[in-house]
Amino acid sequence: MSRLKGWKEIPIGGTIVEPGSSVEFDVSSWRTFRPVFDKKKCTKCGMCWIFCPEGAIKINDDGTYDVNLSYCKGCGICQKACAVKAITMVKEG
Amino acid sequence: MKRLGLSGNYAVAYAVKMADVDVIAAYPITPQTTIVEKLSEFVANGELEAEYINVESEHSAMSACVGASLTGARVFTATSAQGLAYMHEVLFMASGLRTPIVMANVNRALSAPLNIWNDHSDAMAERDAGWIQLWVTSAQEAFDATLEAFKIAEDVLLPVMVNLDGFIVSHTYEPVVLPDEGLVRGFVPSRPLQNRVSPKFAYSIGVVGPPEAYYEMKYQVVDAIEKSREKIRDVDKEFGERFGREYKFVNEYMMEDAEYALVTMGALTGTAKVVASGLRKEGERVGVLSIRCFRPFPKEEIVALLGDLKGVGVVDRAVTPGGPSNPLFAEVATTLYERGSRPLLQSFVAGLGGRDVPADDFKSMFGLVKDVVREGKSRPCIYVGLRE
Repeated sequence: MSRLKGWKEIPIGGTIVEPGSSVEFDVSSWRTFRPVFDKKKCTKCGMCWIFCPEGAIKINDDGTYDVNLSYCKGCGICQKACAVKAITMVKEG
Repeated sequence: MKRLGLSGNYAVAYAVKMADVDVIAAYPITPQTTIVEKLSEFVANGELEAEYINVESEHSAMSACVGASLTGARVFTATSAQGLAYMHEVLFMASGLRTPIVMANVNRALSAPLNIWNDHSDAMAERDAGWIQLWVTSAQEAFDATLEAFKIAEDVLLPVMVNLDGFIVSHTYEPVVLPDEGLVRGFVPSRPLQNRVSPKFAYSIGVVGPPEAYYEMKYQVVDAIEKSREKIRDVDKEFGERFGREYKFVNEYMMEDAEYALVTMGALTGTAKVVASGLRKEGERVGVLSIRCFRPFPKEEIVALLGDLKGVGVVDRAVTPGGPSNPLFAEVATTLYERGSRPLLQSFVAGLGGRDVPADDFKSMFGLVKDVVREGKSRPCIYVGLRE
């Protein structure tokens, strides 16, 4: 995520001049557990991707899955959804 | 140039017409009503080409003004007391979204008890809304301040409230000099303003400012109103060069060698001046300082003009129940606090709910300021003219 802007840099009146800029916004600050994906166990079924309520799961080039930690809140739904236990929830340090 | 007999309210309406506004959104309320009534007449008879939006409340009036202003239109509205209070939340949006709205606020007491007469409780309750506040004492000043307001607002991108005392200024007919329309257009030219809402641009306005952003966005308003001092000074100077009347941030009367002074705001100033002039003839070194620009507060002027006096009385036409003092007194005292030596300050409240403040009351206030200086200690706030 990019550095937060200072008051001199923010467009006047809080106007957002770039459409879709909210994708740059880090919404993960309350996460206490982070999903860690084991590519070897992954069967590429996509259940984690379907169940993630935040759209935080991304698809790797090889068809396996991983997480975008800017959006992941650490709810653990992906771990529950994974039939082959390829996802482990690891406590944030 | 022509000279007309106009009420303070009509003077505002003529200024708005000559400034060639694009949008007026208004809801009637005493004692403001005749401003927007006159403007609706101007629009109806073709003298003013503007969109006149009849809204169902002041909340909607201010909301419509914010929306219209964001498209780059020059907008105006007017209100009083309950109407201003009803606009409360939108006032902060107007400044936060940096919309250069001009509003006349015809000062009236806030209910309860229901009261349509003058005091300053309405505007004082909005002092933290991020609006520039100008205060006038006559119909001519109301006209001039309204014109200046458009130019200031559009330059610093902040809303401006022009305050005129209900009935005392708003309904009193006085000779008002109206400059030629051409000269006014030269002063407040119609130009495309910073246009932020348009089908041509994909901008988002009125967005959420979460804890990571709100603080910085709010500070932009703080910075803008601080820096507006320079623009207010320039606009006033240019107004003076073009039209021959200049007002500055404060109006000083017999302050050169004064030892004692009263600080006033609005129409009370006139009576204070008459009394000061009488006392001068009796050898008393008294003066009057009237605040014309309340936001941003004229800190430098207050320090320069009051710092070396023996005693200063501050006349508030509003109260802060339960507070350590009242709104205007608090500003003057805070400003002088930073100075090592300062005059003894005495707080007065007068004229609430339209109560007349006659010359004798000012005479006694000047006397009380002198008394507290002699005693070496200020008294708790004195409620002038209050019956026990």
